[in-house]
Amino acid sequence: MIKIENLVKAFGPKLAVNDVSFTVERGEVLGFLGPNGAGKSTTMRMVTGFIPPTSGKITVGGHDVAEEPLAAKRLIGYLPENAPGYADMTVHGFLNFMAELRGLKGGARKQAVNRVVELCFLENVLYQTIDTLSKGYKHRTCLAQSLIHDPGILVMDEPTDGLDPNQKHEVRNLIKHMGASKAIVFSTHILEEVEAACSRVIIIDRGRIVANGTPQELKARSPEGRLEDVFRAITLPDTVKEH
Amino acid sequence: MNAWTNIKAIVKRELGGYFTSPIAYVFLVIFLLLTGFFTFTVGNFFERGEASLVSFFTWHPWLYLFLVPAVGMRLWSEERRLGTIELLLTMPVTTWQAIVGKFLASWLFLALALALTFPVVITVNWLGDPDNGVIAAGYVGSLLLAGAYLAVSCMTSAMTRNQVISFIVSVVILLFLILAGFTPVTDLLSRFANPRVVEVVAAFSVMTHFEGFQRGVLDLRDFIFFASVMGFALFATGVIIRGHRAG
Ligand SMILES: Nc1ncnc2c1ncn2[C@@H]1O[C@H](COP(=O)(O)OP(=O)(O)O)[C@@H](O)[C@H]1O
Ligand SMILES: [Mg+2]
Repeated sequence: MIKIENLVKAFGPKLAVNDVSFTVERGEVLGFLGPNGAGKSTTMRMVTGFIPPTSGKITVGGHDVAEEPLAAKRLIGYLPENAPGYADMTVHGFLNFMAELRGLKGGARKQAVNRVVELCFLENVLYQTIDTLSKGYKHRTCLAQSLIHDPGILVMDEPTDGLDPNQKHEVRNLIKHMGASKAIVFSTHILEEVEAACSRVIIIDRGRIVANGTPQELKARSPEGRLEDVFRAITLPDTVKEH
Repeated sequence: MNAWTNIKAIVKRELGGYFTSPIAYVFLVIFLLLTGFFTFTVGNFFERGEASLVSFFTWHPWLYLFLVPAVGMRLWSEERRLGTIELLLTMPVTTWQAIVGKFLASWLFLALALALTFPVVITVNWLGDPDNGVIAAGYVGSLLLAGAYLAVSCMTSAMTRNQVISFIVSVVILLFLILAGFTPVTDLLSRFANPRVVEVVAAFSVMTHFEGFQRGVLDLRDFIFFASVMGFALFATGVIIRGHRAG
C-alpha cells in the first residue's frame, strides 16, 4: 500500500532523510523507531504529502504522491506529531469539519463522526473547545480525525506521546486491532511500544535505515534477546559496545 | 466539482471561528464607531451641507489600513502556530482551495461589517436627496479596497507564525500602497520627479483607483487593478506556503 524508494530530504546542507526505502502492505503494522531527530517525522510528512521530497519516489495505494497528491491523500489517515487541532473549535465541530473535507455528507457524515467519537472515547468532551482539553483528550481528538473516513492507510507520528499508561495501552490495542485490515505506519522512540503493537520494525538513525525486520528477528541480534540492547548498539555506534 | 465543496467547508469553518470568539463582535463595534467618528466628526458630514457620502468613503483607505490587517493577520499564522496547517494540507484539499476559502471567509466578514454601516445611507437619504448610484459605487469600491488589503494581509500572515509581525508587515505594505497615490505625497514627488514618473507610481496606489468609485465612476481599469492586487497577493501566499513546506 505504501512504497517508498530512495527517499531523500535535505534541509539546507543537512540530510534529514537519507536514501530511505521500504514498503508497507495491508495487514502490516510498521513501527518506525529511532532517536529524536532521526528523521521519522520528516519521512511521514513526505508520505502524507505535506512536504515534497528532495528526491525519491513515494507511491500510496498505486498513486504517486508527487503526481496525484489528492488521490493519495484520500487513502491516508494522518495523525501529525503533537496532535494539532483548531483551538477555538469544539471537538464535534472539528470532527465535522474534517469529515466534510473528506467528502462525507449528511447521514454518512453523522455516522462517521459518531463512530470515531465512540472509538476514541470522546463522548464526554464533545462540546468542549479543543483548547480546554487535557493532553490525552486532545490527542484522541486528533486520532479520531485520522480515522474518520476509515482509511486503508494510517500514518501516525508518535501516537502515544503524552498519554498516561492506560491511554497508551488503549491506543496500542487500537492500532493492533486495526492493523489486521489496514496498512499502518507509526513512529515512536519507545521500545516497548514496538514489541506491543508491531508486526515489523524499521530503525532509523540520522536519516538512514539501520535495521528492518520483525521484532523477534531484531531481538535475536542481542545475546540477551532485548530490543533495547539492539537499539542502543545500532543507533549509537560511537559508544563502546559491551559484550 | 468538489473544489467548491472544499472551499465552502473552509469558508464555513473560518466564519464560525470569527463568531465563536468575542473578537468578531469587538471588531464590528470598533469598525462602526470609527466609521461614525470619521464621517460625522472629522469628515464634517453635517457642515458640508451636501447629500453625499464623500466624508464617509474618504476615510476608508485609512480606516482599513489597521482594521483589515487585524482581520487577516491570523489566517495562516494561526494555522502555522497551532500546527493545524499540517492537517489542512494533508486533507484531499489543494493549497489553492485553502487559500481561497480563507480569503473568501474574511472578505465576507468585512462585507458584513461594511453592510452594517447602512444607517449612514438611511441618514443621508432622510436628510436630503443623494445620488444613490454614487453611493452604491462607493460601496463597491470600498469592498474591492477591503479585498485588496485583505489579500495583502493574507500574504503576510503566511510569512510568519507570529500574528503581531504579520500585522505590522501588512500595515507597512498597505501604507506604501496608499502613499504612492496620496495627494500630499504626489504633490511633493512632482517637485522633484518627472510628472510621468509620479503618474506611474500613483498608478500602483489604491488611492488612485478608489477615487473613481467615490465619484460614482465605474472604470474597468480600477476593477482590473483591485483584482490584480488580490490575484497577485493570493498567488504570492501560495508560493510562500509552498516555500515553507519545501524547507
Ligand atoms: N523544516 C525544517 N527545517 C530544517 N530542519 C528540519 C526541519 N524539519 C526537521 N528538520 C531537521 O531534520 C532532522 C529530522 O527531524 P525529524 O524528522 O523531526 O526527526 P524525528 O521525528 O525522528 O525526531 C532534525 O535534525 C531536524 O532538526
Ligand atoms: Mg518527530
